[in-house]
Amino acid sequence: MIGMPLLNVDGLSKHFGRQAACREVSFELWPGEVLGIVGESGSGKSTLLNCIAGRIAADAGRIDYRTAAGGIVDLATASEAQRRHLMRTEWGFVQQHARDGLRMDFSAGANIGERLMALGQKHYGSLRDTALDWMSAVEIPADRIDDLPRTFSGGMQQRLQIARNLVTRPRIVLMDEPTGGLDVSVQARLLDLLRRLVQEYNVAAIVVTHDLGVARLLAHRLMVMRRGEVVEAGLTDQLLDDPQHAYTQLLVSSVLSV
Amino acid sequence: MTAMQQQYEASAGVLDGYNFAFLDEQTKRMIRRAILKAVAIPGYQVPFGSREMPLPYGWGTGGMQVTAAVIGRADTLKVIDQGADDTTNAVSIRRFFVRMTGVATTEKTREATLIQTRHRVPETPLQEDQILVYQVPIPEPLRWLEPRETETRKMHGLSEYGVMHVKLYEDISRHGHISTAYDYPVMVNGRYLMRCSPIPKFDTPKLHMNAALQLFGAGREKRIYAVPPYTEVKPLDFDDHPFEIERWSEACALCAAENSFLDEVILDDRGGRMFVCSDTDYCGERQAAGHRGPMAAPYKDREAAE
Repeated sequence: MIGMPLLNVDGLSKHFGRQAACREVSFELWPGEVLGIVGESGSGKSTLLNCIAGRIAADAGRIDYRTAAGGIVDLATASEAQRRHLMRTEWGFVQQHARDGLRMDFSAGANIGERLMALGQKHYGSLRDTALDWMSAVEIPADRIDDLPRTFSGGMQQRLQIARNLVTRPRIVLMDEPTGGLDVSVQARLLDLLRRLVQEYNVAAIVVTHDLGVARLLAHRLMVMRRGEVVEAGLTDQLLDDPQHAYTQLLVSSVLSV
Repeated sequence: MTAMQQQYEASAGVLDGYNFAFLDEQTKRMIRRAILKAVAIPGYQVPFGSREMPLPYGWGTGGMQVTAAVIGRADTLKVIDQGADDTTNAVSIRRFFVRMTGVATTEKTREATLIQTRHRVPETPLQEDQILVYQVPIPEPLRWLEPRETETRKMHGLSEYGVMHVKLYEDISRHGHISTAYDYPVMVNGRYLMRCSPIPKFDTPKLHMNAALQLFGAGREKRIYAVPPYTEVKPLDFDDHPFEIERWSEACALCAAENSFLDEVILDDRGGRMFVCSDTDYCGERQAAGHRGPMAAPYKDREAAE
């Protein structure tokens, strides 16, 4: 499978009425690669992510995904059953607000086990063991396994959400502002964890963020979006150190340095 | 039924000015079509145009509409509420159908052709020529897990039932065992997840491969579903926490039955209690056959001797 992109997005467009949220977006995502999408709010980053995840239907374009079995599925035209199956097996989605991605009324263990149960795992003991393994992987104390996520801190909720997504060993994880709303030290810890997990499990990720610092730390490659269009794309360091497009230059220069 | 009750119901007769079984023929036709569809797709919730009944929602309006749609003049009707034939709900519904149809009624499970029930399945095994109608408050098994109706329908359509196990997982992690004791979630015919109305889980295995036709009506929620005769009904569980029914350490205090669902009755404020069959017909039948529990009334033996 090496030498073949995992995901091939071609000419993806989405309009809300007359307003274009995404215009002709094309990119490739390779196995194990982290792609950052940056831009100001309203630039179409989240719309693009939601289109890729099938949460909203794109108006035009193809989203070709290479499945674990080896076939290619166009997610834009795939049946809903197939798309939803892929979403809870080979894909993950980490929301900005953990409460959107977690079941707040169910314990941490149940949250981690949900995807496995959906796939037909029906052994309570092994579900619990898996949950414990993943809790230690995302640095949540094992004795919190029966606690509700609402009793967790923001950073712990976000880590729990990541564990819940990674439990089926997805090949692609989509993240929408994974560190938004966390304070800086917690952010740093989460970023360290994400970097480690991405490397350890060799998952590809698409990370939407408006924080160039996060992008620099996490992403191998960056796409800069503005008004629904990709204005510049390239290797992260190259792009941030030597921005070519006027908008990217503006974006990089507006970052505060301490 | 006491003699007085019988007399009252007989004298009430069929009320003038009403169609047979209260509902008009068009409505009955609509409900029958929903029932046919429900039987064709076991466990699938068929929407129907639920009518107002002369009873508040939650008192069995769904079950009554199903009963009204399938009842015929030759039917013998039995109505039970929590296993008993003589509670308010059962008495009212039975009297309603007597006045609207003039059909014969019975308390004996064996003699009935049509049984409307709330909260219990009779202990006496049902036969092929019988229909059991359940009153259902909330038909959607995924309701408390997913509030959106559009989403639950999609989940049924795609057989996405993993989340139901999440609820059972939560039961075990909190209580050490599956604590869901009634309205236990089941898979019907290996396809649809179904709520079997608030019957105790003791009764859940009775739905499996039952000889009778089982119809479920939810009036407020406007849904009808069915389990046709001899259909597989499997309760959800975990491999290491299999489905189990309730057990009691005692037998029925009146009829000494060891395999029926028992109600606990508090006798005084010093801890005195008795366990007695919830199915009154079954208990009475056993006592008539000579079975005696430790608290059975001695006068019955004297009566029998005389």
